[in-house]
Amino acid sequence: MSSLEELLAAIRQNLPAQKVDYPEIPTYEKQGANLKDKFIVNLGLSGGESYDVGSIDEAKEIMQQKLPDTRVTCSATSEWEGSKSIHDIAHPRELEDVDLGIIRAEFGVAEMGMIWLTENSLQVNSLGFLSQHLAILLDPDLITENMHTAYRKIDFQASTYGCFVMGPSATADIGAYLVRGAQGARSLTVFFLKQQI
Amino acid sequence: MSKVKVDQNAADFIYMDDIHQPTHDKNLWNARMKRDTAASGIPEWEQMRDLASQIKEHTLTHLDHYVQQFVTEATKRGVTVHFAKDDIEHNQTVYDILKSHHATKIVKSKSMLQEECDMGAFLEARGIELIETDLGERIQQLSGEMPSHIVMPAIHKTTADVAELFARTIGTDPNEDDPKQLTEAMRNNARPKFLEAHAGLTGANFAIAETGAFVVCTNEGNADLTASIPPLHIASIGIEKILPKTKDLGLFIRLLSRSALGTPATRYTSHFMGPRESGTEMHIVLTDNGRSRRLGMEDFWRSLKCIRCGACMNTCPVYRRSGGLAYGATYSGPIGIIIDPTFDESKFSELPFHSSLCGSCSEVCPVRINIAEQIGLWRQRMVNINESSKTLHYAFGAVEKVFANPKLFRLAEKAAYYGMKLTPNWLLYHKKLNAWGKHRELPEIKKETFRDWYIKNRLKK
Repeated sequence: MSSLEELLAAIRQNLPAQKVDYPEIPTYEKQGANLKDKFIVNLGLSGGESYDVGSIDEAKEIMQQKLPDTRVTCSATSEWEGSKSIHDIAHPRELEDVDLGIIRAEFGVAEMGMIWLTENSLQVNSLGFLSQHLAILLDPDLITENMHTAYRKIDFQASTYGCFVMGPSATADIGAYLVRGAQGARSLTVFFLKQQI
Repeated sequence: MSKVKVDQNAADFIYMDDIHQPTHDKNLWNARMKRDTAASGIPEWEQMRDLASQIKEHTLTHLDHYVQQFVTEATKRGVTVHFAKDDIEHNQTVYDILKSHHATKIVKSKSMLQEECDMGAFLEARGIELIETDLGERIQQLSGEMPSHIVMPAIHKTTADVAELFARTIGTDPNEDDPKQLTEAMRNNARPKFLEAHAGLTGANFAIAETGAFVVCTNEGNADLTASIPPLHIASIGIEKILPKTKDLGLFIRLLSRSALGTPATRYTSHFMGPRESGTEMHIVLTDNGRSRRLGMEDFWRSLKCIRCGACMNTCPVYRRSGGLAYGATYSGPIGIIIDPTFDESKFSELPFHSSLCGSCSEVCPVRINIAEQIGLWRQRMVNINESSKTLHYAFGAVEKVFANPKLFRLAEKAAYYGMKLTPNWLLYHKKLNAWGKHRELPEIKKETFRDWYIKNRLKK
């Protein structure tokens, strides 16, 4: 097998002589944008829903109405207790029976209607993808404007995995018809609620 | 390798029936229109394309530095980085890692590099059970075909085709042709495979030198399932995927899915910075496979800027008509035309002639690759190395003579009128002679030429 030195030698032998400078990249922030409103609109574009709630109980009630057949719930946040404890999970596959996964997002991105999750918010990464449905708690004050400002917020040293999630899983691979619920979550509901300390 | 007969392959698609080609055309044009709507919603769009192009050119002209930095940072995070100079080394490396972990059942998400290396066949021949988890890729795996599009691998197939395929391969009801139910069937078929897999394989859309992180974009969440359940994650990454800094992602994530499908981003933008938890491993196979050589090609190195969005395919009138399989290569459409010949000039010599040179590809490319110009340069190259089609060669030779001589040109104009009059339609629109004739009438050629008209109406006055 090749070594790094061999790869670098092959590259150096072929590097274009004329060098191009690294540019300045603006963050394209707009004055006076209502970030929460933008977030709601863009989340809606990808089929996600959002609610203002005053308490976890209110959020639970909304989910109960939306998904009355939910049996197994599993929560990665101590604010919302699920029927299955995430702390007892020995292997990520054990989350395969979860109907509703509950996660507190680390922040949101208005431009995309996205939320940011890492292993710190997921506890077990597969919770975000094996759960049939997701309920996401988001502090409305933690919405950043766009992808440029989003990447400024992330500390890549603080986690080994991080994911921007934009609504439920989707595909249009059969006849170009949009279907929600491809391999990951079938639905994603965001509740605007500050963390209670 | 024998030459890819693009015209014949295109004819097979166009003449299949009256459904496939028009549906293909409509679906891709729809993606192009959605791209335009998404792009026009962002005032800084054109500037973002300039910046993305510049960042890619900066990285490629300093690639040794950034490769070294990426490897150093990824290694610091506990990732094992391997190096592969070509497809053979790539496949062997992946196999060796799997073997040392006794991994025989694997799930994978979409990777164009693994397609390019024909990794699936290599591993399957060695007893590895491999499941594609992207729906489009799975459809192609079950049909034994290459992906026909880099973002929508099975876009050339109709819902009825998929219904028939799934009935035959995964036992769905042959009368079930609802895309939602078919997607559900595949979801249920794939779930247990994620749970029992010994290893998960992914590609990468971007790799960040500053942190050693790599990014995978999917809409289905299949890359995250692939990476979050098995104890072993292997990512195949081409050296051209590297970007210098985390902040570059802001630009590229904004551009990628808007260019591809007209959506703000993919549903999942996943960042991998190291092994998940103790007892799990992460490996990267950093692969060259002709990329360093391409970097040294003065006319063609900028094709390495490609971020695999597929916008050039969606907009291309020739691609929309011929279908992606006509190109006989991992990369089809305009970007395929300028990449494929770098792997094999003789095999892919006809590809550069499979274009109208309308330039639409260059206009939509989010990193401003001069695709149309490069197609023109590849044509020159094919003629110079004597790999262009002999028919075209003689035809263009004749055209050159006629255009250079006014008398001959006038004669040819008249001859065209009588020629068209006399040639029966079955010959004009013959599948073998003119793959493009179906559904397209040639314009009527007037007996009176422009020259005749001008002399009669204008010259005297």
